[in-house]
Amino acid sequence: MKKFLYSKKAAPYVFILPFVVTFAVFWIVPLIKSGIMSTQKILPGQETFIGLDNFTRLLGDRVFMTAVANSFKYMIFTLILLIPIPMLMACMVNSKLVKGKIKGFFKSSLFIPALTSVVVAGTIFRLIFGEMDTALMNQFIGLFGAEPIKWLKGATTGFIALLTLACWRWWGVNMMYFLSGLQSIPEDYYEAASIDGASTWQKFIKITIPQLKPTLVYVLTISIYGGLAMFNESYMLYSGNNSPNNIGLTIVGYLYRQGIEKNDMGYASAVGVVLLVIVLAINIVQLTATGTFKKEDDR
Amino acid sequence: MKKNKSSKLFVKICMIVLFLLIAVMILLPFWAIFVGTFQEGSMLIRYGLNLKLDLSAANFDNWVMLFTDSGDYFTWFFNSVILTVAQVVLTLLISAFVAYGFAAYEFRFKNFFFICVLLIMSVPFEMIMLPLYVQINDMGLSDSYAAVLLPFIANAMTIFFFRQYLSGMPKEIIEAGRIDGATEYGIFFKLIMPIMKPSFAAMAILNGMNSWNNFLWPLLVLRSSDKYTLPIGLNTLITPYGNNYDLLIVGSFFSVLPILILFLFFQKYFIEGMTAGAVKG
Repeated sequence: MKKFLYSKKAAPYVFILPFVVTFAVFWIVPLIKSGIMSTQKILPGQETFIGLDNFTRLLGDRVFMTAVANSFKYMIFTLILLIPIPMLMACMVNSKLVKGKIKGFFKSSLFIPALTSVVVAGTIFRLIFGEMDTALMNQFIGLFGAEPIKWLKGATTGFIALLTLACWRWWGVNMMYFLSGLQSIPEDYYEAASIDGASTWQKFIKITIPQLKPTLVYVLTISIYGGLAMFNESYMLYSGNNSPNNIGLTIVGYLYRQGIEKNDMGYASAVGVVLLVIVLAINIVQLTATGTFKKEDDR
Repeated sequence: MKKNKSSKLFVKICMIVLFLLIAVMILLPFWAIFVGTFQEGSMLIRYGLNLKLDLSAANFDNWVMLFTDSGDYFTWFFNSVILTVAQVVLTLLISAFVAYGFAAYEFRFKNFFFICVLLIMSVPFEMIMLPLYVQINDMGLSDSYAAVLLPFIANAMTIFFFRQYLSGMPKEIIEAGRIDGATEYGIFFKLIMPIMKPSFAAMAILNGMNSWNNFLWPLLVLRSSDKYTLPIGLNTLITPYGNNYDLLIVGSFFSVLPILILFLFFQKYFIEGMTAGAVKG
């Protein structure tokens, strides 16, 4: 037996065994269970098969629809705010105009928020977006003569607070992705383009963007996923899962509410299945549209 | 030509100003919470955080309380350190072990299993969270550190990163090891692990950060307050009763401090690790 385990034939399976076991126990089994639970009515010690009832119930569930709308809105706005701006900043950092300490300071400062836990970040931002005129954000808009706002009580202003928090935490990380993408573009491309008399803008459109495409696709994929699965930020900003009129409720927040707070595991699992289908569907469409699948086949 | 040069200088100055402006804006919240540590929590709940350091009203009460109070803060802090170290050591060891299997051998179903690795990276953890929670309870692991650690020990991102790193490894090392009579596992531990060292730093940071800041999963599985990690413990202080905020603000600030200091020393590895792939929120 021992001899077999040490043979060249068995060794690779022994090597990957820890992965296979954790994958099976902690991912595949729960995934299947999730599918099964989504078709059940689950009471303590009693599970009844109810077919697709959970899903039809979801379709008529106003609060769930609010959660879906919020998650989509958040995802779309994070795509708008967390991709072009960090890309532009990366291009600026990568240009040879500013060098040395200022550039280093800029890079480090932008990255530091990503080191904070969501609890700390949420606490800071909840207090910065306080209601009184003494809270930082109200002081800031006060500079322009605006009256203090109860930020977290309103749907739009609460959303602005959420997006500010997202930008604060992820701009730096996304900028670093783009920066490492930019640094892998060979310098000769730009030199050749300069000789041909291309303008800066032309170089950006014809060289930078196409060369950055793999980075762009990657950041897009994780942003879609992260946006739709957002929960922690809203949970911390509203110090709990209950925001006024559910303005901060997301799909995962609803899953948490139904599964943990209301202990309706079957219904919550159906929410989870819907989330998985949405994330996979969007990513498949996105990866097809950007031609990532085709490229894999060519290889 | 001269005009071109002066316009370039103008752009350069604009960019320096813009860089400094953005950097300062990003750092302001840290200044705000630092200033907040010298104020009374009940005042902060009422008036919010701002940038003003009012020296006449400032005091060190919160800091004194943090270090002298018999409360749970340093229990949580210590728990977080232990869990982070355990998670990093276990994850790196196991993921490197698995990655070597994928990189060094040709075997049946290799592609199938590798696709499984990629699959994990694209399934939202939040989706399997509830059934996983049920399962952890069924296994009798609830409220244990095993429950916090185990689901992440064979980390897909880390396996993927190590496999990429090892794919550039010269196969002669393995052959030489075999000729010297080393076992397959001996080759990994004695010959391969040492050459993987440079790739460990980045992954240690990635897994360490994920573990130190992990919130949702420990929130679900940990019950007893003496087992809480720092984020979970701080979260219990968020209820606006009593003087919870006194400790919350100074505790939050102090929880970021060690990471910040590490970052200043190992910046390169932090950036490499956290942008190596999926950065989970």
